[in-house]
Amino acid sequence: MAEASTVTADRPKHLHPHFVSSEQQFDAAKMGMWLFLVTEILLFSGLFVAYTVFRIWYPEVFSHSAELLDWRLGGLNTIVLLASSLTVAMGVHYAQTNERKKLVRALILTICFAAVFMIVKYFEYTGKFAHGVFPGVNFDPHGTAGGHDYAAYNIPFAAQFFSIYFVMTGVHGLHVLIGIGLFSWIVIRANKGHFSSEYYTPVEITGLYWHLVDIIWIFLFPLLYLI
Amino acid sequence: MTYGTEREMTDSVSGGDESVHDVHRYHEEPFWRKYIFATDHKMIGIQYALTALFFLLTGFTFMMLMRWQLAYPGQPIPLIGWLFSDDTMPGGVMVPEFYNQLGAMHGTIMVFLGVVPLAVGAFGNYIVPLQIGAPDMAFPKLNMASYWVYFCGGVVMLASFFVPAGAAKAGWTSYPPLANIETMGQTMWLIGMMFLITSSLLGAVNFLTTIIQLRAPGMSYFRMPFFVWAQFVTAFLLLLAFPPLEAAAFLQLADRLIGTSFFMPSGLVVSGQVLDIAGGGSPLLWQHLFWFLAHPEVYVLILPAMGIVAEIIANNTRKPLWGYKLMVYSLLFLGAMSFIVWAHHMFITGMGTTMGAFFQVTTMIISIPSVIILSGLFLSLWGASMRFTTPMLFALAFLPMFGIGGLTGLPLGLAPTDIPLHDTMYVIGHFHYIVAPGTILALFAGIYYWYPKVTGRKLNDFWGRIHFWGTFICMNGIFMPMFIQGLAGVSRRLYDGGATYDFAANVVQYNELMSIFAWVLALAQIPFFINFFLSIKKGKEVDDNPWKATTLEWTATPTPPLPHVNFETVPTVYRGPYEYSVPDSDSDFTPQNQP
Repeated sequence: MAEASTVTADRPKHLHPHFVSSEQQFDAAKMGMWLFLVTEILLFSGLFVAYTVFRIWYPEVFSHSAELLDWRLGGLNTIVLLASSLTVAMGVHYAQTNERKKLVRALILTICFAAVFMIVKYFEYTGKFAHGVFPGVNFDPHGTAGGHDYAAYNIPFAAQFFSIYFVMTGVHGLHVLIGIGLFSWIVIRANKGHFSSEYYTPVEITGLYWHLVDIIWIFLFPLLYLI
Repeated sequence: MTYGTEREMTDSVSGGDESVHDVHRYHEEPFWRKYIFATDHKMIGIQYALTALFFLLTGFTFMMLMRWQLAYPGQPIPLIGWLFSDDTMPGGVMVPEFYNQLGAMHGTIMVFLGVVPLAVGAFGNYIVPLQIGAPDMAFPKLNMASYWVYFCGGVVMLASFFVPAGAAKAGWTSYPPLANIETMGQTMWLIGMMFLITSSLLGAVNFLTTIIQLRAPGMSYFRMPFFVWAQFVTAFLLLLAFPPLEAAAFLQLADRLIGTSFFMPSGLVVSGQVLDIAGGGSPLLWQHLFWFLAHPEVYVLILPAMGIVAEIIANNTRKPLWGYKLMVYSLLFLGAMSFIVWAHHMFITGMGTTMGAFFQVTTMIISIPSVIILSGLFLSLWGASMRFTTPMLFALAFLPMFGIGGLTGLPLGLAPTDIPLHDTMYVIGHFHYIVAPGTILALFAGIYYWYPKVTGRKLNDFWGRIHFWGTFICMNGIFMPMFIQGLAGVSRRLYDGGATYDFAANVVQYNELMSIFAWVLALAQIPFFINFFLSIKKGKEVDDNPWKATTLEWTATPTPPLPHVNFETVPTVYRGPYEYSVPDSDSDFTPQNQP
């Protein structure tokens, strides 16, 4: 509910005319982002339902096929994403304490971590494609790599595991790419000095988004790579 | 209490000083900003309304074409048959594939491009910020994005008719495996749905934030008009139900484009050939994900309609709503329950009796809050000296029509009666009674009721009454015989309306009558459209509160309220939404902002 107080002082530049106060605008933006995150969780829930159904139907196939995924690369990506969440949190802190240079540095670090994640993902994907590990009907594993004879993984319904793997990590990767785009925009704005302890909403809500992308990976990694 | 005016005078972002019209926060915006990429909730509401009315007419036109084929199977369509290509209507005779396209797209367009955008996008956008005393929606640019993403979705859906082999043919439910092996139109359908889902999700985020954050001082939750409550619960349903369908759409797209088999079982034989697919998928997975959306979606279709009817009934009975709080609690309960009833659409999929029992029980439970709301609306009429205005006629007609639709739904919620009735014309009759004579009558009521706020003029009452009686009678003429046909066992989606089936011989003759009612229904809309467009300039001018209503939108001046401003000063709310005929009061209505 809007505060019933009279607003007479100069309105800060970042305050849109339809809000009464900076606090109201900040609360609204944050609530909007949380509600959006709810939809994101439910979007991935739909995919996790699919994962659950096929895991229950083909448990041996899933644990056997998962051997082809390199847990070291997945683990590296997990560490990278966790580190990026830390740098985002530091970024929000530096925005609150008016430390512009540190804010920019933290955000650039975040982008770098996200880029590392995508690069690792790129090598994982192409490594699979090179050996005929495609989703669905094109699944035709062959050759040897990393001590695995890929042809031995050509068992019934193995394609189902890799379909789930590529679609879920693909949708997640898309979110990482969007995050990189958002943070690039935030860095430019931060560099221009748009943010201060008075106004750092975009940093905060993009950070919220980034934490969600991180958390989803925390679920994807064990479900796909480890068990 | 005013917003700071100094700041607006110096605000360079919104236009510059020379364009400032008055000392208030209103700036004249350039044409493209005011009418095309508008960010003001009222202009976006109007954009939604016009686009949704266009799509309602489009979906209705599809059905009128299909009704010719049902009434006179295999006969060429007179007068307009030559307009269509040889792929769709060689010699004016509709081919089965085109019939299926029209059927699938009729459902899709009516639900996702017609009724929901009109009920939520148009009425919600225009009315909710005004009723809660807010100057705009919380995120005006997001609001603009919602509209334009919706618009793109509509373009993709319509464009799908022009791709090779035409639009989607697998019904609005798009069940695999059929949908997976369909032609390119189905891919277009999925992409179109992604746009529409995105639009609805952005809208839902915006509505929820607006209602929670931007209420005027004194506008506590239980002082909100019932319409705002209805939109609030609707936004929650959209927010929570649509994302799983988005996931399902992703998976079906993957099945169609990169050869996965999420929804494709092994060993599928089509036209005598074993399909070359990976297999191992589950067609039922789609049905679960689809109905997890689509059952809450039916409440998205009906709740805003109930909200509109509640406003109009309170206003025209000059009485408070009967059981306002009870109705609000029912609304919340109904919203929550709607997420655990979805599998009653799937009784014939061979689910076990335990699952079946669960969904039957939840389905019976969810009928209770619906009955409470409908009873509340009926009891509000008790002892009233009613004003039979045009919006009131539509609102009153909504009550028995929704009643018929709801009661005929009960046999479909119980497996023993649902299994023989599943996919018959009875089902079609049931949900059309809810959505057509139910929701659409309520939406017309809303148009007649709020038109004076949008234009400053009233729609003509005489033509409004012609429109009402024509629509009311024809809709019943179309949908009532569907129950009879369905009980006789006639399936839905039949290209010839059942003419080739012996058991349908006694009921198939109704098809002609229903079709004639459908075409007369189209004639009955002509006075509406003429009235709607002519009255913008020629209608009778009225004051700011022509219905003598209590809710805040009628206190916003001028009419229509200024973009991004709405209220000269932020209103303060002192009372509940329906203080009509308060004893010992000077007038028979007390606006919410009156101390």
